[in-house]
Amino acid sequence: MPREITYREALREGLDEELAYDDNVCIIGEEVAEYNGAYKVTEGLWKKWGDKRLIDAPISEAGFIGMGIGASMLGIRPVMELMFYSFAYVAFDQMMNNAATCRYMSGGLTNCPIVVRGPANGGTNVGATHSHTPENIFANMPGLKVVSPSDAHDVKGLIKSSIRDNDPVYFMESTVLYGMTGEVPSNDELEDGELIIPLGKAKVKKEGTDISLIAHGRAVVTSLQAAEILAEKYDINAEVLDLRSIRPLDEAAIMESVRKTHRAIYVEENKPFCGVGAQISSMIMEQAFDDLDAPVLRITSADAPAFYSPPIEKLQLPNPEEIVERALTIC
Amino acid sequence: MAAKTKSKPTAEYADAPINASLTDEDKIELLRKMVRIRRFEQTSLKHYQGDKIGGFLHLYIGQESVAVGSISLLGDNDHVITAYRDHGHALSVGMNMDECMAELFGKATGCSKGKGGSMHYFAPDKNYWGGHGIVGGQTPLGAGLAFALKYKGLKGCCLCYLGDGAINQGAFHEALNLASLWDLPVIYIIENNGYSMGTSQARSSAYPEGGLAQRAEGYNMAWDKLEGVSIYEIRAGVQKAVERAHEESKPTILEIMTYRHKGHSVADANAEKYRTKEEIQRYMQEHDPIEFWKTTLIDEGVITEDDYKAINKEAGAEANSAAEFAEKSPFPDESEIFDDIYWEVDNNTEAGRTGRHFFHK
Repeated sequence: MPREITYREALREGLDEELAYDDNVCIIGEEVAEYNGAYKVTEGLWKKWGDKRLIDAPISEAGFIGMGIGASMLGIRPVMELMFYSFAYVAFDQMMNNAATCRYMSGGLTNCPIVVRGPANGGTNVGATHSHTPENIFANMPGLKVVSPSDAHDVKGLIKSSIRDNDPVYFMESTVLYGMTGEVPSNDELEDGELIIPLGKAKVKKEGTDISLIAHGRAVVTSLQAAEILAEKYDINAEVLDLRSIRPLDEAAIMESVRKTHRAIYVEENKPFCGVGAQISSMIMEQAFDDLDAPVLRITSADAPAFYSPPIEKLQLPNPEEIVERALTIC
Repeated sequence: MAAKTKSKPTAEYADAPINASLTDEDKIELLRKMVRIRRFEQTSLKHYQGDKIGGFLHLYIGQESVAVGSISLLGDNDHVITAYRDHGHALSVGMNMDECMAELFGKATGCSKGKGGSMHYFAPDKNYWGGHGIVGGQTPLGAGLAFALKYKGLKGCCLCYLGDGAINQGAFHEALNLASLWDLPVIYIIENNGYSMGTSQARSSAYPEGGLAQRAEGYNMAWDKLEGVSIYEIRAGVQKAVERAHEESKPTILEIMTYRHKGHSVADANAEKYRTKEEIQRYMQEHDPIEFWKTTLIDEGVITEDDYKAINKEAGAEANSAAEFAEKSPFPDESEIFDDIYWEVDNNTEAGRTGRHFFHK
């Protein structure tokens, strides 16, 4: 019987294993220690690892994220939690200028092995300020890496490789996914003794032949639901490709899928303007134009700030029915 | 603590143990370092005006004693980070004129291979972490360097410099709170030259009677205000903060009164409009740290006027030689554009070879 745990538990296991792996790994953020984490991701870790490794920060994102960046230059590997990734905007100068460009401006003399992680999603009725999805914004900046895992298995393997990475990795989760379960092998079931997933490797979540639904984060789950409907009701065999990491990007996997299916939709909870899908569809157009039988489509969140009212906000986010409807226009 | 606006006699500071232990050679070396910074910058100004240097050039002329005096106190586990007026700190930690001048010229032999320019000098091998362009942006990094020292159990500190114009940035206040809350061995040195670009201190900052550093009291942090013209006073005052950091792992804010002879940058067209010529002249004549230290050493019988001339000449020759080196050096190759962005790519690791990292073309 394969082991099933939640996304949250898998993430915590990954953090716990990296705390054991390297003494320089510490976790810093608001409520991560004594409170056990605002979303309970770090539950139990303070009790196990103590004050030195799990550090409760004041509400002061520019200060503590910047502090983590400075510490990383001297060899500490801080894993910073943003209670919401929306709060990255408070620390924007630190995250965009200091973490991303110090290596370049020093001619390669410095590097910042820092992870900044937290949930980056809408759909929880918390209003526009707490519902931002900034993966496109940070992926726009050379020097940064952006990771967005969609299930329990991947979140564990990706957080571990992100912490071991010697560049700044911005790791974007979803509060909606935290409670979802998935198969995650325990370490004694694994040949290497641990679950490590390299950044820059996409994963085919469902093989198909008729259309590629390419996505990251929670939109992968939505795309899988849409693929089921397409198969059951319309006899369309959709492939679902999960990017897992946005930068570095598994371009080869995208093109391979498109060359097989000849049709593609990029699905994401990002906004449309210069979203991740804009980049991907442009690349498909340039590199696989002759393989396409239809224009590449993009399905995103509505191009508006997040609506508070629960039934309306739901309509702002991509849903399986919308994906099916758009797919039918090109299949 | 009463505000001090004029330079004080140096005797009381000269007797401080950290100064009493200075040998004549040490004192001459402090002079030589200040003179080298000045000649380096005078030479860079000449070449900036000759169109050899692009962008901004923020000159430190008039403030040399602050970097030289404070950095002269540091040991193996002490670190330095500063803002964009960074040439003086770079030369003080031991970076050489050739690499610094070549960086200004945008050459491949520059300390950052021509990628950083005037505002972004780095030398991690000398515990020097930049050179940062955004006002106040380096102040959380300074707390982070101190955090790392404490985390590793090393007895050290971080000197984090900022200008008086940076003290109103939110990041600085957040850094102060963390430094005090977590007992980080960081020393914030406000180099108060009186102007945040073209706006005077009175027009930009609200502060208590004791001055800008007294804001430390709001964070339950130690502070002091020093007259920057005197190397003795700087060393005596900064040493107390270094000991506080080393022995108690406690932060300090120091305000060091100084003056920049030039504009905010060379591009500052109003350098003689927001300040009167008389004011600039007065500071150049009465508060020049190099003149002040030179006179001190002559009075002490450590050097003669001729010795000073020799030091000045030697530094001028070194700066000219650096400019020749910079001039002769090649520009970076275009292929350098995509180096030094990702550590993993530069080191050709498996992570660096996995997935696409760059998206041009």
